[in-house]
Amino acid sequence: MSTISYFFSRLLQIIPTFLIVMVIIFLLVRALPGDPAIAMADAKATTEQLEQIRQRLGLDQPLWIQFGIFVKNVFTGNLGDSILMKAPVTQVILERLPASGFLTLYAVLFSLLIAGPLAFVAALNRNTWLDTTIRSAFQVGLSTPVFYIGLLLLTFLAARMRWFPVGGYGTTFLEHMYHLLLPALTVALYTSAIIMRNLRSSVIEVVDAEYVQFARAKGLPERIILGRHVLRNALISTVTLLGLSIGNLMSGTLVTETVFAVPGVGRLMLDAIFARDYPLIQGLTLTFAVLVSIIFLLTDLIQAWLDPRLRVA
Amino acid sequence: MTQSNSPLLSVKNLSTSFHVGGQKLRAVDEVSFDLAEGEVLGIVGESGSGKSITLRSIMGLARRYGEVTGEVMWQGENLVTKPEAQMRKIRGKDIAMIFQEPMSSLNPLLTVGVQIKENLVTHTDLDKKARVQRAIELLELVGIPDASRRLNDYPHQFSGGMRQRVMIAIALASSPKLLLADEPTTALDVTIQNQILKLILDLSQELGMSVILVTHDLGVAAQTCDRLAVMYGGKLVEKGSTRDVLRNPLHRYTMGLLQSVPENVEPRTPLFSLPGTPPSLMSLPKGCAFAPRCAHAVDACTATKPPLEGTQHQVACFNPTQPPVGAGGQS
Repeated sequence: MSTISYFFSRLLQIIPTFLIVMVIIFLLVRALPGDPAIAMADAKATTEQLEQIRQRLGLDQPLWIQFGIFVKNVFTGNLGDSILMKAPVTQVILERLPASGFLTLYAVLFSLLIAGPLAFVAALNRNTWLDTTIRSAFQVGLSTPVFYIGLLLLTFLAARMRWFPVGGYGTTFLEHMYHLLLPALTVALYTSAIIMRNLRSSVIEVVDAEYVQFARAKGLPERIILGRHVLRNALISTVTLLGLSIGNLMSGTLVTETVFAVPGVGRLMLDAIFARDYPLIQGLTLTFAVLVSIIFLLTDLIQAWLDPRLRVA
Repeated sequence: MTQSNSPLLSVKNLSTSFHVGGQKLRAVDEVSFDLAEGEVLGIVGESGSGKSITLRSIMGLARRYGEVTGEVMWQGENLVTKPEAQMRKIRGKDIAMIFQEPMSSLNPLLTVGVQIKENLVTHTDLDKKARVQRAIELLELVGIPDASRRLNDYPHQFSGGMRQRVMIAIALASSPKLLLADEPTTALDVTIQNQILKLILDLSQELGMSVILVTHDLGVAAQTCDRLAVMYGGKLVEKGSTRDVLRNPLHRYTMGLLQSVPENVEPRTPLFSLPGTPPSLMSLPKGCAFAPRCAHAVDACTATKPPLEGTQHQVACFNPTQPPVGAGGQS
């Protein structure tokens, strides 16, 4: 029942997830049309040379041995070489990952800062003009495509007003903050709309609950009633949603990174797909799968921290 | 019971209305009663008769949702018009309340220790160590075994009866002068019910605390209360000492309630039940709210609302089982 045993049991559950992900990725890549040996060799390669490449790649082995090699390679961090970047896949991904991670966390932070207070204001002033205004504003954010908001911000704030750079990532932490402000805001406008809607309705649900009435009957200050009793209970369902939308953000950044020319894994994925760089696509898919699993694990842990009833190992 | 000259709590013409879909619903209608120090008053009635809303109006919890008028006099001040900030200093300190559902009235995410201690933080000057000590004392006082360990348990680790005890411990935290108990035993097993009622009574005597006990169970009211007030359709219809009201009911509704208690009739006789259903607040009749269900209604009953008349034992009825003593006067 303890938090620690819950943590470990939840950690163990992640192993089958990874195995299934690896099987799917392995089979998908094998099912793709085309022969990797032909793609890697030059056009004048002889049949013997192609056979040599196949042997080197282990493609002449039975499928289950190939899978064994694949799993072994994944665990030793060897994901092959990128055809496009002419460098090891692991190295290429690790170079690009920080920018995307930074952008995602930045966007999540923005979303929470925007959505949190406004959801509370809207919920506590339910069905007044304030509530309606906040909800309509977010509705616009929700129904406008991400790339369009990105282009608008880019055109006006970066290109015309020259307040922000039009692209890139910078080298220091502060430069990252500055370069990624507009992309993060772009992503956050969408995510915050989803979080706002969810948090608003859970606050409305919780604020009239008997335990909140009881807290009020105890004469507690409003600050404690809202912070300790309402917010914590309302957050439980929002944390799930936040976890899911961070998973979504990974693919959401694909568009944003392209619009703002951010050197992240989202844009790398797009380039890899266009170049049919199979090893890179495989590596990136695996990376996304691992990251999403970790985020879901974190989501579960935060929920268990919030709600003692969930700490069942 | 100790009856002093000025009552501890004096409720005069308390009314509470809610606006629902453009309509004004009067859940509590001109309710008046006094409560002496150390007295246990029972408010009895069916579901929806306005009992709980009366308690929540006294606490100032109802005014967030509706309109409360009249007077709730407490130590020379009218609580109905008291600003929220000052009301907060009385709530949970001088007047405490326990709720009907022990399952949903404790915050599931906080240990019971935190939920007791936050009361002490707000209303007392105790330091951290003293608060823990007091919290353990309170849990022991309400009969929770192994109190110091259970302080760190969450509500879902307690049974229903134990949760109700926790709620009472929270209510008692800052030694209130008045405890409002809103159907505290309804959600519990019969055996547990008696334990909780006995606990409330013992504590009230030990701590000299007045209690208003809201219940729909006449049996519960009979064993616990010094005085009874019977509520129907948002109004008090009968009021008097428990003995008078139960032995000698004046209102036809009280009579009906008593006849439908199984212990009061011979075995193997059909159980009496009041014909009809309680009125909806949406469509309260112009006259007495009970008139449509009453076999003894006279013409006056459907025309105007009967006033509460009498001195010690009061009734609001044009055709009572017998005329109240000192009819025409008000206590």
